[in-house]
Amino acid sequence: MPTAAKTGNEAMAEAMRQINPDVVAAYPITPATEIVMIFASFVADGLVDTEYIPVESEHSAMSACVGASAAGARVMTGTSSQGLALMYEILPIASALRLPIIMSDVNRALSGPINIHCDHSDTMAARDFGWIQIFSENAQEAYDNLIQAVRIAEHPKVKLPTMVTTDGFIISHCLEKIEILEDAQAKQFVGERKAEVSLLDVEHPVTLGALDLPDYYFEHKLQVAEAMRQASQHILEIAKEFEQQTGRKYDLIENYKLDDAEIAIVALGSTAGTTKAVVDELRSKGVKAGLLKIRVFRPFPAEALAKALANVAAVAVLDRADSYSAQGGPVYTEISSALYGKTKAPKLINYVYGLGGRDVTIDDIRGVFSDLQKIDKMPTFNYFGVRE
Amino acid sequence: MATLKELVLRESPITGGHRACAGCGFPQIIRIVLMAAKDPVVVIAATGCLEVTTTIYPYSAWNVPFLHNAFENAAATASGVEAAYEALLRKGKLKGKINVVAFGGDGGTYDIGFQSLSGAMERGHNLLYVCYNNEGYMNTGVQRSGATPRGASTTTEPAGKVRQGKVRPRKDLTAIMAAHDLPYVAQASVGYYMDLLKKAEKAFSIEGPKFLNVLQPCRLGWPYKPELTFELGRLAVQTAIWPLYEVENGKWKLTMKPREKKPITEFMKHQDRFRHLFRPGNEELLADLQTEVDRNWQTLLEKCLPAGQAGGEGGSK
Ligand SMILES: Cc1ncc(C[n+]2csc(CCOP(=O)(O)OP(=O)(O)O)c2C)c(N)n1
Ligand code: SF4
Ligand SMILES: [Mg+2]
Repeated sequence: MPTAAKTGNEAMAEAMRQINPDVVAAYPITPATEIVMIFASFVADGLVDTEYIPVESEHSAMSACVGASAAGARVMTGTSSQGLALMYEILPIASALRLPIIMSDVNRALSGPINIHCDHSDTMAARDFGWIQIFSENAQEAYDNLIQAVRIAEHPKVKLPTMVTTDGFIISHCLEKIEILEDAQAKQFVGERKAEVSLLDVEHPVTLGALDLPDYYFEHKLQVAEAMRQASQHILEIAKEFEQQTGRKYDLIENYKLDDAEIAIVALGSTAGTTKAVVDELRSKGVKAGLLKIRVFRPFPAEALAKALANVAAVAVLDRADSYSAQGGPVYTEISSALYGKTKAPKLINYVYGLGGRDVTIDDIRGVFSDLQKIDKMPTFNYFGVRE
Repeated sequence: MATLKELVLRESPITGGHRACAGCGFPQIIRIVLMAAKDPVVVIAATGCLEVTTTIYPYSAWNVPFLHNAFENAAATASGVEAAYEALLRKGKLKGKINVVAFGGDGGTYDIGFQSLSGAMERGHNLLYVCYNNEGYMNTGVQRSGATPRGASTTTEPAGKVRQGKVRPRKDLTAIMAAHDLPYVAQASVGYYMDLLKKAEKAFSIEGPKFLNVLQPCRLGWPYKPELTFELGRLAVQTAIWPLYEVENGKWKLTMKPREKKPITEFMKHQDRFRHLFRPGNEELLADLQTEVDRNWQTLLEKCLPAGQAGGEGGSK
């Protein structure tokens, strides 16, 4: 398989070139701009046959994606932070219409104050809009996830829009050596979209986006919830198929040295990489440390998580976003509810960290593991890397 | 141009039995505009009266493909549909010509959807955008919009003891769209349906972004007697409150010149939204409104081709 040095953004743009979507509508925003820029150069050089819509805002980007996807096209976009926030109104419309739009989303702190660096506040705020959300640890995963996202979103039992995220700058701008599928192999893997209904089927006119009053709205929302429940198994099937092609294994979660771990961290995105280094270091000193990385945040892999954490004594959940609920970050809340009522479950503590691109060091992670060794003395809600 | 006889034989894009008020002006706009198309149409609509009254799930009044997305994004949504059409056509997954038509109310067009419209038009998508302009947010209970005329009373800028309804004049969106240098921009009115048909036919014959601004009397927001819908659409034109014209590749042309320009009160006196203007003490304001209309009319005449080349009332009966 060919290898190349790519940043996260370049890796995602490369995946988009191979996917060769029918329509791309996007708007620039740091740190996702490059994805759009590189893709625009593919269009300019005739490397894709995509209709590229250089819209005047992210709101229009997502609106155009809805129109194009309803018309039966395979549609992609990319954004970050304020751009994602400007799309929020249309995100639940995309999922309610069961439109398999694919988005590369580069995690960046939401304003205010304005900041261009990584945290997960933008993506976490979009967690309840019926979009599948997949986090990537590095550029390789960003590429692999985006290729798989096409199949996941368009799976006839799923038909849900899907966002694949990377961490702003940490992954989006960091150069890594990655393996890339051959163009033909990628093309074959993603196949063609087969839309069940299309607005452009003028012989069979459909009305989409009708007014849904109390007598039907609930049932339609239930269908989105059911599709989300079904999605996990299809995400796993598609991962299997991808593994057969590439040898790279994907799951809903990744357990790193977790089997016999006594203490463990749960993290998403690039922090998982930093944590793996510390786990290795602690293991060499005989400390039974482990990591649970969440790859798929929506649908939330509650069962897999509860099972994987059942035999761990103490777990720290790292949240790169605060939900301002005064009850910890969003990942923590989800995990505590996943563990609720389980007879075997770890003690849990929560850390909010890395907001606005605050650096996450090996020392920070060492600190969390040492806190876990005295978990009985720890408060539930903690921060690291912040001046108090 | 299609004759009335030909028109009645064409299949209507919408059925009866929709929930628009008796006497509402927009069903006619939908019919005339879409029946002007020789090729199949797909419709995108903004949130508003037109959308909610025609698509109450599980019913739909539409005989043609229809997509509603949100309030402010009909133009952007239509641009996505058009892009998908181009892509699928190029890839051989589709055949034949399809016209993409977006409908937005004045709220969804002048105000909250203005950016989306401007962007889509500037990008040059091959689509027709139709603003059905009832000069207010009617679906949500008659609130003011950027299209509401000065002096009109709405629920968010009502006439009261010290205020006489809307303080500022409406913005001239048709001229703003003409300033986008589009191949075709036109203003039409519900009462002059053959004029609207002609404009829609012309719009469909032209490649690129097209914009139609059609004045639509609203029973709820303008309150008037239901049988007066056409009459009001015509009086708006005959008073020069809503002149009929088109701008084709930068050339401005009146499509109907009233034989005798009537005073604006002829249009206003039938409508409750202007009732307060007829109270003693508001004479000056009324005179001021007349001056404003006269001035705008004069400006428009100067922009347009010499009268001899204009359509004249004969073509617009
Ligand atoms: C973002 C957003 N803001 C507000 C609304 C509420 N809303 C729905 S329709 C409407 C007014 C529509 O006015 P117009 O576009 O003129 O159409 P009309 O109802 O007059 O036909 C408003 C304010 C909404 N649906 N979405
Ligand atoms: S409120 Fe006005 S625009 Fe809405 S359906 Fe009634 S007449 Fe038509
Ligand atoms: Mg209106």
